[in-house]
Amino acid sequence: MLKSTLHKLEPHFQPGGKHEKWYALFEAVDTIFYSPNSVTKSTAHVRDGIDLKRVMITVWLMTFPAMIFGMYNIGLQANLAIEGGLSMGEGWRQALIGLFAGNDPTSIWDNFWYGFWYFMPVYLTVFAVGAFWEVLFAIVRKHEINEGFFVTSVLLALTLPPTTPLWAAALGITFGVVFGKEVFGGTGKNFLNPALTGRAFLFFAYPAYMSGDAVWTAVDGFAGATALSLAADPLIGFSGMVIDAGGQAITWMDAFIGTIQGSMGEVSTLMIFIGGAVLLSMRIAAWRIVLGVFLGMVVTSTLFNLIGSDTNPMMNLPWYWHLVLGGFAFGMIFMATDPVSASMTNTGKYWFGALIGVMVVLIRVVNPAYPEGMMLAILFANLFSPLIDHFVVQRNVKRRVARVS
Amino acid sequence: MEALISLFVKAIFVENMALAFFLGMCTFIAISKKVDAAIGLGIAVIVVLTITVPVNNLLYNYLLREGALAWAGLPDVDLSFLGYLSYIGVIAAMVQILEMVLDKYMPALYNALGVFLPLITVNCAILGASLFMVNRDYGFGESVVYGLGAGVGWALAIAALAGIREKMKYSDVPEGLRGLGITFITVGLMSLGFLSFSGVQL
Repeated sequence: MLKSTLHKLEPHFQPGGKHEKWYALFEAVDTIFYSPNSVTKSTAHVRDGIDLKRVMITVWLMTFPAMIFGMYNIGLQANLAIEGGLSMGEGWRQALIGLFAGNDPTSIWDNFWYGFWYFMPVYLTVFAVGAFWEVLFAIVRKHEINEGFFVTSVLLALTLPPTTPLWAAALGITFGVVFGKEVFGGTGKNFLNPALTGRAFLFFAYPAYMSGDAVWTAVDGFAGATALSLAADPLIGFSGMVIDAGGQAITWMDAFIGTIQGSMGEVSTLMIFIGGAVLLSMRIAAWRIVLGVFLGMVVTSTLFNLIGSDTNPMMNLPWYWHLVLGGFAFGMIFMATDPVSASMTNTGKYWFGALIGVMVVLIRVVNPAYPEGMMLAILFANLFSPLIDHFVVQRNVKRRVARVS
Repeated sequence: MEALISLFVKAIFVENMALAFFLGMCTFIAISKKVDAAIGLGIAVIVVLTITVPVNNLLYNYLLREGALAWAGLPDVDLSFLGYLSYIGVIAAMVQILEMVLDKYMPALYNALGVFLPLITVNCAILGASLFMVNRDYGFGESVVYGLGAGVGWALAIAALAGIREKMKYSDVPEGLRGLGITFITVGLMSLGFLSFSGVQL
């Protein structure tokens, strides 16, 4: 029935129809329900049930484990702080939270509900603003609406701290979608990951809301650094485990499961790996990049461990801690594997990944200004991915020429 | 030794001539359409910088700075007002020699660079490096390392930009932004990526 309705409506949106302008919107709705049967016009043609739209939606779905755990964790952190005597604050969020749940940190529902009202408004804002720009550009420039913004908006929202103001989230996605993607002509034509572009823009433009000690827990007056910046603090330092502000030890297991402070969706390495395993097994995320990132990180951090240092505790942080702290796992699975901004060639993917892995440890260890290195490392590697491809192709050309002559 | 290595790394990444100071923009944007030409120009800039910064350093220390002429029996003379003139003179001479060498041995690159090779003379990155050297009071060894590092950083940036612009051939940029406009946006986004190094203390 839906199909016939869509078919009946189609002529109105074709060139010459009365709603010609809105064709992009119609096309987007149509292809969400039915894969299009238009075919490539040139000779080479391989058809797969999975088109770009399905790929993007799969990625989007696979962020859900991390997202749901992230919401639970926002609530957990906040309720623990409230139990410690802090107040929830006043506002519409608090009113809605109080409606159906209490503040018991041992109750899964209370925690989830608390986090829900912190994550969802941010996500919906990001999604709506992102969709607005995408549709606007699609209509004006007559290209198709692309589900890329599903992924872009969820990734951006998940990397923000829980207390991000909604206007900041809207600005971030605007910068990411417009300057990271649409000025280049839309999905597949940009060279930076749009979600990271937006995140980096917010990070540098509004550092007070994006970093520091006060933004990671959604409670009034709470100050507590992320586990990563705790590990980087020379006064606290790293000695087998990270000690948090309250004097409590954060074990590796805590960090792996994700009951630590951090960005909304980045805390749980376990949940990210569950989503990542699906993406890797479906070959949506390139395993070569993931492997490259992982090895680059392991080698560099081991190297720093061997050098060692008395003044810089990050030097002594072993690789399995780098893996679970901060945005490393999230970036490795979801950001680095963005097929548009990563290297395209197979050999290039290893190098691209390794560059990220090396850079992230380097930034974390050497740069005291940014305890979190993943975002910047990936952006940096994005800059060089076309160049890496260029060299891989050139080498291939040379080898083949040599074989012929 | 350690100080020299950190100066080298700093000159390449933290204080990247093109993406942190936005020096040498004219050539940076004009010769970045093809990766090969960009790498050629990058190497030319590395060579010119590695030679001119130390030469200008000697010039400054033994002829121009206040009291530099003490060896000639003129301890009160201060010729530093001649700085700009002398540095640019040295640079022009170096570029002229480089041009002749390229013309003879690498005609392909010579043709690809075209008018932009003589224009290296007025590339702000080159003069900028010499002025930074004077400003920061580098010694001779430091100025060699700094010249090399600044050159490598600039070359790296232009190679990356050329790679991106080659890829952007497939982009569908809005009419009004095509050409220079989108390149400026690209360079801006690139320097966002290079911000990862700002704040590094070496």
